[in-house]
Amino acid sequence: MSEELVNIEVNGIPLQARKGAMLIEITDAAGISIPRFCYHKKLSIAANCRMCLVEVERAPKPLPACATPVMEGMKVYTESPKALAAQKGTMEFLLINHPLDCPICDQGGECELQDVALGYGGDVSRFAERKRVVKDKNIGPLIATDMTRCIHCTRCVRFGDEIAGLRELGATGRGENVEIGTYVAHSVTSELSGNVIDLCPVGALTAKPSRYQGRSWEYVQHAAIAPHDSIGSNIFIHTLRGKVMRVVPRENDAVNETWLSDRDRFSYEGIYSDDRLNKPLVGGAEVDWEIALDATVKGLKDVIARHGADAVGFLASPTATVEDLYLAQKLARGLGIANIDHRLRQADFSDQATAPVFPWLGQGLEDLEKTGAALLIGSNVRMEQPLAGHRLRKAALAGGRVMFINLRDFEFRFPVAAKVVADPVGMVAALAGVAQAIAELKGESAPAGLADLVSGAAVGDAERSIAANLINNTPATVLLGNLAVSHPAFAQLRALAGFVALCSGARLGYLPEAANSVGGWLAGALPHRLPGGKPAPAVGLDARMMLDSPRKAYVLIGVEPELDCWDGAAALKAMQAAEFVVSLSPYASVAGYVKVALPVATFAETSGTYVNAEGRWQSFQGASKPFGEARPAWKVLRVLGNLCGVQGFDHVSSEDVLAEVQGVGGNIQPDNTPDISQSGWRPFRADGLLRVADVPIYAIDSLARRARALQSSPLAQPAEVRLHSDMAQELGVAGRDRVQVRQNGVAVDLPLVLDDSIPRGCAWIPAGLPASVMLGPAVGPVIIQ
Amino acid sequence: MSVRKSDLLSTHARAEIDHWISRYPADQKQSAVLAALREAQHENHGYLTTELMDAVADYLDMPPIAVYEVASFYSMFELKPVGRHSIAVCTNVSCMLRGSDTVLAYIERKLGIKLGDSTPDGKFYLKKEEECLAACCGAPMMQVNHIYYEHLTPEKVDQVLDSLE
Repeated sequence: MSEELVNIEVNGIPLQARKGAMLIEITDAAGISIPRFCYHKKLSIAANCRMCLVEVERAPKPLPACATPVMEGMKVYTESPKALAAQKGTMEFLLINHPLDCPICDQGGECELQDVALGYGGDVSRFAERKRVVKDKNIGPLIATDMTRCIHCTRCVRFGDEIAGLRELGATGRGENVEIGTYVAHSVTSELSGNVIDLCPVGALTAKPSRYQGRSWEYVQHAAIAPHDSIGSNIFIHTLRGKVMRVVPRENDAVNETWLSDRDRFSYEGIYSDDRLNKPLVGGAEVDWEIALDATVKGLKDVIARHGADAVGFLASPTATVEDLYLAQKLARGLGIANIDHRLRQADFSDQATAPVFPWLGQGLEDLEKTGAALLIGSNVRMEQPLAGHRLRKAALAGGRVMFINLRDFEFRFPVAAKVVADPVGMVAALAGVAQAIAELKGESAPAGLADLVSGAAVGDAERSIAANLINNTPATVLLGNLAVSHPAFAQLRALAGFVALCSGARLGYLPEAANSVGGWLAGALPHRLPGGKPAPAVGLDARMMLDSPRKAYVLIGVEPELDCWDGAAALKAMQAAEFVVSLSPYASVAGYVKVALPVATFAETSGTYVNAEGRWQSFQGASKPFGEARPAWKVLRVLGNLCGVQGFDHVSSEDVLAEVQGVGGNIQPDNTPDISQSGWRPFRADGLLRVADVPIYAIDSLARRARALQSSPLAQPAEVRLHSDMAQELGVAGRDRVQVRQNGVAVDLPLVLDDSIPRGCAWIPAGLPASVMLGPAVGPVIIQ
Repeated sequence: MSVRKSDLLSTHARAEIDHWISRYPADQKQSAVLAALREAQHENHGYLTTELMDAVADYLDMPPIAVYEVASFYSMFELKPVGRHSIAVCTNVSCMLRGSDTVLAYIERKLGIKLGDSTPDGKFYLKKEEECLAACCGAPMMQVNHIYYEHLTPEKVDQVLDSLE
């Protein structure tokens, strides 16, 4: 589409502009600076601060550049006496009620008001009257407020409305009594709430955890990549005297735009958690590295000598870097160990042989917001990959049909075109129903292998509507989320989703769980594939099998098995029964089964690479020195490789390791084309009450679990049982505060919450929390009494 | 059935709000927010509670904060319990020049309350900050329960206020 252009002139410079664009967009693009407070390129135009007034020829008064559309032949003067006088006047009014407490303000030094006042304001205030005072609001543990400083630009209000989709802040009162707040005191609950800190042009909203910790000009800024979800948000880590003080977003329109999820922004607090390991531990006692490394090698070799290499299992976190994962698998394979996996929360590995070389989003992140129809299977995308949720929200608001087949009726901040909420059995059935409906609409039939699952599937209105939307809207996509991966019949879901995508012409994609889930596939941290996706000569045990049939020794790379694995109870039991467990982790384990603990660096202290959902390799440098005697995991693994006498461990930098990985996996074209030829599916069945679980947003990995502010925010879910009110009636527990949950013969007392978003026949008990660890797998039969 | 916040609104209030909703395009229910708040306030002895505002928000599918914004913006909405008879004395220029300060002082003395307060028996509420009510020709004036009284004198004030139950 060719865009119509108009010619304008700004300060005598001729410029071409898209018709209908606002003046400020054009001047910004041309590098002509116009002061502003309320205008933000990602938000709607409010034009209420009046700071961007400029002179336009033939206009009787100065016009706000943010709300003045360009017109052919327009002549604009941004620095004429008239424009400057208007800007100076606005500035004077804005400062009338501003406390000018810059010396004690956290925003000082990075404050738009300070900068603009210096550039465009007067040097003396003529205002001698009393300034107003506004009471601070408590809006939760993440955002500190100093509302007297607020200049009512309403960026935070518009952010809630337009980006977070959750209008929590508002401007109440009138005239001099206007206040920004929630009116009824409560914590803001958006997963993206921290962005208002960046948006706020003054010091009214600042980051609570890093408040008063340092000055912006003292911080050293390091570009990095966020370590939690598979978006791979670009960030800056700010350090002061070598310590990580805060994390802010780094603009990258293709990845995170200007935003950052709260989890990525505030998780850095976990770096300095009290249980951070300072020195290596052997048998719980602090020792030197040399002794710990020797003990590791000896322990491993001893188990291998007595029980064989198959008795050892490597479990690696999907938040470990590509370099860490690559060296981990190289070490394992060098020792003859085939049991290595990073797919810790996956339940069903039966189709792993035909899985893509790396399951990826199937498209770019930017494509998500242009999607015409999206079917998400088992995904609470808002909490799992918050910024993918934001992209899908944009699509939905633009008329895209976003649909779900889910284990719970999650709350989304956008219109959901169709949904099926069902128990794990019903989820498979619903997807089969969609497949059937699509086959009918397209006049095709399911491949023979899938016929057993698809034909005869009940097709309800929801399934039919999902099918029609996928066919009739382009581009369409079918995405598998975290809850699909942890579904005991993941392979069936994948096969059905593959057929749905193929038949409807939609793109099949995955919303990978963690920062480097994709990297784990590419680096070969898998039992059945070598780096670059080549089939392994001997297929080892997957993450679940390694725990179900316990090994004699485990090597843990950034993993807390009981909290990070699909079946926490089995993981704990396996670890406790093992003869030798070595843990490469930043943190001391409380569980007591770790024989050797090797302190390693967190994401901010190591160089490395993450591969995000769209297959984007993003490398970063360490922002600070590792805590205590901790070392980057890749260095520890390299030394272990040398000490174990494995060949090819002579890298001197993480770049060397990366080059080696890229040599085998760097040029692989992503391809999610499903293999739907498999046959012999047995319908997935489960009887009685089923436990279903997600991992709460702030329980996803060891770092987030230790981030204090996040843990006290309202989105940090406690361990509890959620039941549909009818289900609670049926079980006779409706009036109770607490119930006893029995799963796998273990009983745990948990608080009961009635929640009609849970399908009947299910008990929602979050995983990844210490209180629910002993219950066992994320999906399984439970008894509630 | 689950309890909805809008259940707090009476059948009559709903009918009244529905009447207003029907006057706007179907996708712009929120246009009825002023009428809805007015009705809710009317049925609640002249003031709004957070619960009532939440009920209106729920009924009109608006974020509660958007309703708080509206209710706190307009001076005809009261957000705290007030006396049942609302007295608003205009103190804008015309009325001021014609002696509204004396009228106001007289009412304050008579009722024993200050501007913005209600009498302890809950009978009168002396409304704060009333701006021009567009009756300058009859200055000084006041509005009592939505009725205009003009050319005020202490005697006339007595007459008006004493006649109220």
